[in-house]
Amino acid sequence: MTETLPSKKAVRLRGRSFLALVLSPEMPFADWLVELDDLARRSTGFFLNRPIVLDVQGLKLTRDDLAGLVAELEKRNVRIMGIEGAVPSILGPDMPPEMRGGRAAADIEVPEDPAPGEKPAVEKAGAKVAAAMPSAASVSQAHSLIIEEPVRSGQSIVFPEGDVTVLGSVASGAEIIAGGSIHVYGTLRGRALAGSAGKPQARIFCRKLEAELIAIDGLYKTAEDMEAHLVGKPIQAWLEGDALMAAAL
Amino acid sequence: MARVLVVTSGKGGVGKTTSTAALGAALAQSGQNVVVVDFDVGLRNLDLVMGAERRVVYDLINVVQGDAKLAQALIRDKRCDTLSLLPASQTRDKDNLTAEGVARVMDELRERFDWVICDSPAGIERGATLAMRHADTAVVVTNPEVSSVRDSDRIIGLLDSKTELAERGERIEKHLLLTRYDALRAERGDMLKVEDVLEILSIPLLGIIPESADVLKASNLGAPVTLSDATSAPARAYIDAARRLSGETIPMSVPSERKGGLFGKLFGRRAA
Repeated sequence: MTETLPSKKAVRLRGRSFLALVLSPEMPFADWLVELDDLARRSTGFFLNRPIVLDVQGLKLTRDDLAGLVAELEKRNVRIMGIEGAVPSILGPDMPPEMRGGRAAADIEVPEDPAPGEKPAVEKAGAKVAAAMPSAASVSQAHSLIIEEPVRSGQSIVFPEGDVTVLGSVASGAEIIAGGSIHVYGTLRGRALAGSAGKPQARIFCRKLEAELIAIDGLYKTAEDMEAHLVGKPIQAWLEGDALMAAAL
Repeated sequence: MARVLVVTSGKGGVGKTTSTAALGAALAQSGQNVVVVDFDVGLRNLDLVMGAERRVVYDLINVVQGDAKLAQALIRDKRCDTLSLLPASQTRDKDNLTAEGVARVMDELRERFDWVICDSPAGIERGATLAMRHADTAVVVTNPEVSSVRDSDRIIGLLDSKTELAERGERIEKHLLLTRYDALRAERGDMLKVEDVLEILSIPLLGIIPESADVLKASNLGAPVTLSDATSAPARAYIDAARRLSGETIPMSVPSERKGGLFGKLFGRRAA
């Protein structure tokens, strides 16, 4: 009679979206695999450690065809994290899980041949490796937004792609919503909501804390809940489990 | 080429109209051709402060709609002949201010005058955005209190996005005019200090106008404070501000209307 009810918060389910490389094979697979091998040879390690989704939309496949293709890819060290666009009946328990609801992103550049020599006929294969992984240079560019002016009352800066850096102050009545971290080099008087796209490791930094509200991944603190000794100080805020922590810098 | 100045604020009652009249008169007294334009359609006030309410025949709306020529609507000041007024209408609807009409009138004013000073209505609605639309320079009028400062911050944001200059990718010049400032009360913490306001708004300071009975007296007499008593503390502060607008460098002082000494201290304590 002393059994306690399990806590309702024991299992927490959350959604998250990631960018994955998508491979769209073409029939017959033998030819397509030759082209893939060619691509892999040109850029060693291109498929290594990358999450890859196999898009078989529109292909007339039998269960054996698919199993064979997955096996062939495994032989080439291409790890398939999921299969998109397949009829559920041809998916077996030994195969990667079905994926649904993917949204298209920009095409990915096929890595150039490191040794500029004769170019094999792989353009077609390259075009088929449509996926969503911008090159390293544009990653750093697209994932950070720098605002050089003060953010005025009534303004709302929404940047779900990554970090927001404000060189001036954030006025009361203004808000910054960032997918990543928020850095304010002036006074933070308005609202700062970091990690808005489900990123609990995001942080908030500011030179002077006078915020109306700070939030990371949906967990928030209003001005009233903030420790009095932190107000007016340079602080950082981060998430520790389900607690929003803040400390002087 | 004329400089178009908009006198604006987020909150009402901070002294936009008084400041428009005082700055306009101060600039006109230095010999430049100045027109002050009342954009507060529906609630006209600038004509009262300028002492011209009985001389209004045609107004801004008449000119915008093409019912009257600009020359018919302009009222020349009796005390200073380089100062003119384009009054607002109280009877017409503010929706009569069309963007094209306003643009046409502003072009005409630019040709005739050295300075076009637009008195904006308070708030962020159409009247205010139309008034600031064609401006090269903005004077943001703020009282040393939090509500006024926050609304001014909002207006500065609009100045950076809703003006023709901003739409062309240029920056509008912005100045802060702090009105109704009382150094004693700021020192006691009853009011925001100058540096607090400047820190929040982060735009350059044009002037600090002390809280003074002279301002009210001048308004009620229908004379811009810079014309009615040029030696009073607020008038001197406005004249300095006008000279700064013209590009002069004048040291900023925090004016105090109250004389120092024992009498001032006693007076200060009684007011507390």
